[in-house]
Amino acid sequence: MSRESRVSLVVLVGLPVAAFIAHISGETYIINLLTRMTVLGLAGIGLNFALGYGGMVSFGHAAFFGLGAYVTGIAAFHAFDDSLFATVPFELASTNQMLQIWLIALLLAGLLALLIGFISLRTSGVYFIMITLAFAQMLYYFAISWPTYGGEDGLSIYLRNEFPGVQTDKAFSFFLLCFAILLLVLLLCWRFVNARFGAALQGARMNALRLSSIGIAPFPVKLTAFVISAMIVALAGALFAELNGFVSPTSLSWHMSGELIIFVILGGVGRLVGPLIGAIVFVLLETYLGGLTDRWQFFLGLILLATVLFANGGIMGLIGGRTRHD
Amino acid sequence: MTDSAQPILEIKNLSKRFGAVQASDHVSLSVLPGRLHALIGPNGAGKSTLIGQISGFLTPDEGQIILKDRNVTHLSAERRVHMGLGRSFQVSNLLLEWSARRNVMLAVQARQGGSFRFFKNVWKDQALRSAAEAALQMVGLQDRADIRALELSHGERRQLEFACALALEPSLLVLDEPMAGLGPEGTAAMTAFLEDLKHTIPILLVEHDMDAVFRLADDISVLVYGKIIANGSPEDIRQSASVQEAYLGSSSDAA
Repeated sequence: MSRESRVSLVVLVGLPVAAFIAHISGETYIINLLTRMTVLGLAGIGLNFALGYGGMVSFGHAAFFGLGAYVTGIAAFHAFDDSLFATVPFELASTNQMLQIWLIALLLAGLLALLIGFISLRTSGVYFIMITLAFAQMLYYFAISWPTYGGEDGLSIYLRNEFPGVQTDKAFSFFLLCFAILLLVLLLCWRFVNARFGAALQGARMNALRLSSIGIAPFPVKLTAFVISAMIVALAGALFAELNGFVSPTSLSWHMSGELIIFVILGGVGRLVGPLIGAIVFVLLETYLGGLTDRWQFFLGLILLATVLFANGGIMGLIGGRTRHD
Repeated sequence: MTDSAQPILEIKNLSKRFGAVQASDHVSLSVLPGRLHALIGPNGAGKSTLIGQISGFLTPDEGQIILKDRNVTHLSAERRVHMGLGRSFQVSNLLLEWSARRNVMLAVQARQGGSFRFFKNVWKDQALRSAAEAALQMVGLQDRADIRALELSHGERRQLEFACALALEPSLLVLDEPMAGLGPEGTAAMTAFLEDLKHTIPILLVEHDMDAVFRLADDISVLVYGKIIANGSPEDIRQSASVQEAYLGSSSDAA
């Protein structure tokens, strides 16, 4: 087992163990903190699929995160007063079932990513960054100017939605649900990355001309990865809304896109479990350093700077060693 | 000339203009089975532009490119590769973070298709691995299979590019200055390699090393300012007055 795998294993075992200890000692706050790490880590893993493996530095993944959050919030909003979720193109009764909500969130995020990716993947470098940012900001301004769903004030979710067989309103149960999804997504990403698709995707990142010259068109490969990445991030957005009981338009803003990139860079670009580590460190800093000083982001900046300068491959690169390519 | 044989690649009246520069001026040439066709010409003659159009990265303004009896003028570069057009680049074009084996494995995967398979582990795929080993063996790189492309020498990277190109089982190879930067020993080895290879795969060779060209070529076309000014056997080209004047003048004095 490589050192990176061992580090990953420690993190993936450590998280539920910590949650369990918090559960038996009745520390709901800690459990929610661990859930926050899990959900933000999931979002980071989603972005990493496009950024780390496909080399697509998207500065607009908040669009998908916020979309997932808003679908959850809007569903809960209508389920609360029993009104219709949608009237166009067909009448859709509202639901408080997470599985149904996620299906809608995944579909919408996939379609949106198809559109954004189709346009933005024709560019690269700084243009790609700016176009993805522009799309996300469009969605952000759309959300804050839509009074039905809270506008700038956001949208409250009074009752957490339901999942079959899980008491979602209990902190530990909800943590386990989020963690199970994280594991499932990690498993899928791991398979994708090491399958033919992943080989082509990483080839496209390293050298698109090489890929063309052996007869694989890079565009459809990257677009597919972009869509998968967006869907994972949307799922994380949906869980984030459930966790907080609140959907804020800031989940669509460029700050959110930036935070997602920070998880990836901090944890390790192109490392499977890296972004989870990034999210854990971020939440720890935000919570404990943020408790000491309002200027905690200054220190986050320093750490990020040190990571970029000295730890090629992020925290995972630092403790997990170089990636192996046999 | 074996006029009876069907050309593998036929270029008819290809023209391409960049602003005021006529990079290709009604260029026609054909590559026949079992033969090596060399394309020579001074710097700026439009050789790279011509290669770009043949491989599909540039679209010609007029003219046709026929690959194995099919008009490929408007097909994508990737489609042309699948139809049998292999190529090597002037500047090494590899996946540098990956081992030699992985580089070739991706080429084998490209030939087989299925880049949208999401579950089966590709690196443990024995069929893919052994096909890659075979291609590495062909270029003599089998002992360096585990070395990252980044750590290979310049000459070895060239060999690796060839392994990737051969793994595609092409019916035509377009080689853009394969001798560039190889040094005398490397050039000799490459010349010997191509001498063998041309019998199985027809080759269109762009090269500045005239010794290699005259040793390898069955047919030569001379490109100057986007125009083919001469076309024929190495002997014809050596004796052609217009070629002497336009291009070979100084180097034939030295030789």
